[in-house]
Amino acid sequence: MNSNRARRALLSAALLALPLSACDTTTSEKPATATKKAPPVRYARDPYPSTYRAYPGAPTLLRNVTVFDGEGNRIDGGSLLFAGGKVVAVGQTLDAPAGATVIDGQGKYVTPGIVDIHSHLGDYPTPSVQAHSDGNEATAPITADVWAEHSVWPQDPGFGRALANGGVTTLQILPGSANLMGGRSVVLKNVYARTMQAMKFPGAPYGLKMACGENPKRVYGSKNREPSTRMGNVAVDRQTWAKAVAYKRKWDKYEAEGGDAPDRDIGMDTLRGVLSGEIMVQNHCYRADEMAIVLDMAKEFGYHVTAFHHAVEAYKIADLLKASGTCAAVWADWYGFKMESYDGIGENLAILENAGACAMIHSDDENGIQRLNQEVAKVLSSARHSGIQISDAAAWKWLSLGPAKALGIDAQTGSLKPGKMADVVLWNGNPFSVYTRPEKVWVDGALLYDANDPKRRPVSDFELGQPGSGDVK
Amino acid sequence: MKRALLLLATMLATPAMAQTVAITGGTVAIGDGSAPIEGGTVVIASGRIVAAGRGVAVPSGAQVIDAAGKWVSAGVVSALTDLSLVDADGVQESNDAGARNSPFKAAIDVSLGVNPAAVKVANERLFGVTRAIVTPSAESSIFAGQGAVIDLGADPDAVTRPRAFQFVELGEGGGKLAGGSRPAAFALLRDAFAQAQDFRRNPAAFDGRSRDALVTRADAEALLRVLDGQVPLLVHVERAADIRNVLALPRDYPKLKLVLVGVTEGWLVAREIAAAKVPVIAAALADLPAQFENLAATESNVGRLRAAGVPVALASTGASGGDHVLRQFAGNLVAIARIPGATGLDWGQAFASITSGPAEAIGMGGEIGSLRAGRRADVVIWDGDPLELSSVPVATWIDGVAQPMRSRQTELRDRYLTPTEGALPKAYERR
Repeated sequence: MNSNRARRALLSAALLALPLSACDTTTSEKPATATKKAPPVRYARDPYPSTYRAYPGAPTLLRNVTVFDGEGNRIDGGSLLFAGGKVVAVGQTLDAPAGATVIDGQGKYVTPGIVDIHSHLGDYPTPSVQAHSDGNEATAPITADVWAEHSVWPQDPGFGRALANGGVTTLQILPGSANLMGGRSVVLKNVYARTMQAMKFPGAPYGLKMACGENPKRVYGSKNREPSTRMGNVAVDRQTWAKAVAYKRKWDKYEAEGGDAPDRDIGMDTLRGVLSGEIMVQNHCYRADEMAIVLDMAKEFGYHVTAFHHAVEAYKIADLLKASGTCAAVWADWYGFKMESYDGIGENLAILENAGACAMIHSDDENGIQRLNQEVAKVLSSARHSGIQISDAAAWKWLSLGPAKALGIDAQTGSLKPGKMADVVLWNGNPFSVYTRPEKVWVDGALLYDANDPKRRPVSDFELGQPGSGDVK
Repeated sequence: MKRALLLLATMLATPAMAQTVAITGGTVAIGDGSAPIEGGTVVIASGRIVAAGRGVAVPSGAQVIDAAGKWVSAGVVSALTDLSLVDADGVQESNDAGARNSPFKAAIDVSLGVNPAAVKVANERLFGVTRAIVTPSAESSIFAGQGAVIDLGADPDAVTRPRAFQFVELGEGGGKLAGGSRPAAFALLRDAFAQAQDFRRNPAAFDGRSRDALVTRADAEALLRVLDGQVPLLVHVERAADIRNVLALPRDYPKLKLVLVGVTEGWLVAREIAAAKVPVIAAALADLPAQFENLAATESNVGRLRAAGVPVALASTGASGGDHVLRQFAGNLVAIARIPGATGLDWGQAFASITSGPAEAIGMGGEIGSLRAGRRADVVIWDGDPLELSSVPVATWIDGVAQPMRSRQTELRDRYLTPTEGALPKAYERR
């Protein structure tokens, strides 16, 4: 830092000296170019762009259904119309346009597709063999340079299960929590493709996965290097943010004024993106006291924590989370599997909601992602038995609009609002009942799962020709 | 909730064991595979079930509890759990489920690690789990040791049956523990059995205490109980080919009482398992090719096994959400019956898969796991269908003793229902 500042001081002294020497005939040949800086060249912010294209779908009217619109509203005996891949209208009674597919949903429910903000599908695909272990670049405590998308195996059988059993239409793939800064996340549409990029959610912002607590200190402490303690975690984070602030200053100046381009640092690009608000921080953190420290660290360096994930103790600091505008992404009832999950309770999400804090469900699990609706049902049950009344329709926000907001894609998906992507699930009953399953799932208006049609069940390349291939899973 | 507390207060006011209790008017779920019975009665006395069903008379002098509008069921039996052995799984100091560095293997007796005061016990009891089949984990050998059956009662006497079974890893996990391959695991298994028989024939000549001994005396004794069929051998395998190899073992060891565990590819060999009359304890919803040994995994596995005549129980296998997720698993097996091409269970079978199913798999169906007369009185009153996610217990008896309806989780919940601090720090807030 100091040496950089010193170099910059020398550089500006040299520049100031130039006009003076311009009178000197021996150096007067190129005075103009010497004073004129090269124009700035921005590095690519999206060098691996989405090539996702929506599959074709028919204009569809679902009628006589119970609708949870994802924004907290419920319509009994309602209708949903979508066409051209977008939601057209939601209401009590809608007319079917000519040629539309009309589905009578007596006894059935319609919701937005589920958005899972925390998944490792593709990065930790099944079969979970060592050769597939691509989720943690556990070689240094700071690996802000890695991008989860470069590990995604688009043939992971887990994607299809999440679609067919879980009604999951969008998911964020995060690097693992071995590192303090584990790298960039990627948001995917849950549609099988030959390449990762063809699954990539168009225009979704990137996230930076951070982790506090036991994982980084265990991984690096066992290698006898910093961090081996919680204070070590914060120390390495702060040192890194301090460097990132300097990196940002250099690049901001260059991109505004031009001149000699600073050296690229792929990891620092990500942190610069966080500091300038383009990249959202998704922070693995369990304990209330540690989350509070992280919030102050964010203030110290000028970034915002979008969401704490696995926030088992969030219910203890709902007021702090609300004040900082930071969300908590939580499990319904996981507890007791490690020290920092010891205080898990089933009312966590409900207490957060009750206190007006931003909260949502998440899976972090290739099995749990198939039943996130049921996880929310368990939270609702715990809440209601504790005297916290939350309606079913309001609870659906935890499954779609909440995570969509925390991913920065709520203008495109997360609720059944006209103009948004037609990411829709038709459930064969109340989705908060254990006896209910998805019947049909549309992504961008294309029917990609139909329980009644064996041809609308995905079979990934890996499963093809293997025992049980093509079976109901 | 308030009503539940009142109910409990009434119950605690009387000596629990001595009192005959009749729970009337509820929907009764026996847990033996039968359909729920509306307007049934359950009578318990001296810690045992006297009768359960429709038209059951209320004995004179019994304490009568009106369960109209509620469900009355057998308590959930959690199979393959480390409940009571572990405070927090990842905290090694608190974890007695496995013994990586012990010279003993089959001899290990987990009943001596059971902690009735472990907070998870009370937490899980509040969700209707009343018994657990506590299973050691294999960490230094294919033989994990001897599991125990416990109750979740709020008392120091937790062990229902110590040394109730032996647990062995074959398949991929067993191969790894045995040195690198499935054949090595089978070689190890057969040699250990042979050594146990050597020990029986001539105890004095048996080494069993030197550093070079592959099988200690204690291990040999434990294995003889398996070979003699005194305790069942729970074998973890997933792949269809592995299942066939296990089913062939009784040809050489005819008294073996096998129980298959895991068995995600079981549906491919369902008829062979049924013919061998071997019960299965399976993960309900494992539908991913988690390893190469379960490529054919499907949620229909349990239903297809059941349809082929195999008795199936569900495993909790230390679920992160706690043992109580078993009833969610069971409910899902009812749900898939509505998916074309899938095979699920009817309600009675599903509930039995988490009550009498696990009890019968380890030969204890006569003692626990259902509301059939004579069984230990593990009874739960629920405010709705016990498999439904919206339901919770409002009262629970274990061995006929009414249980407290609080746990560390309810203490935490009550402290933080309002997260902000009051006049004193949170540490002073108690109820």
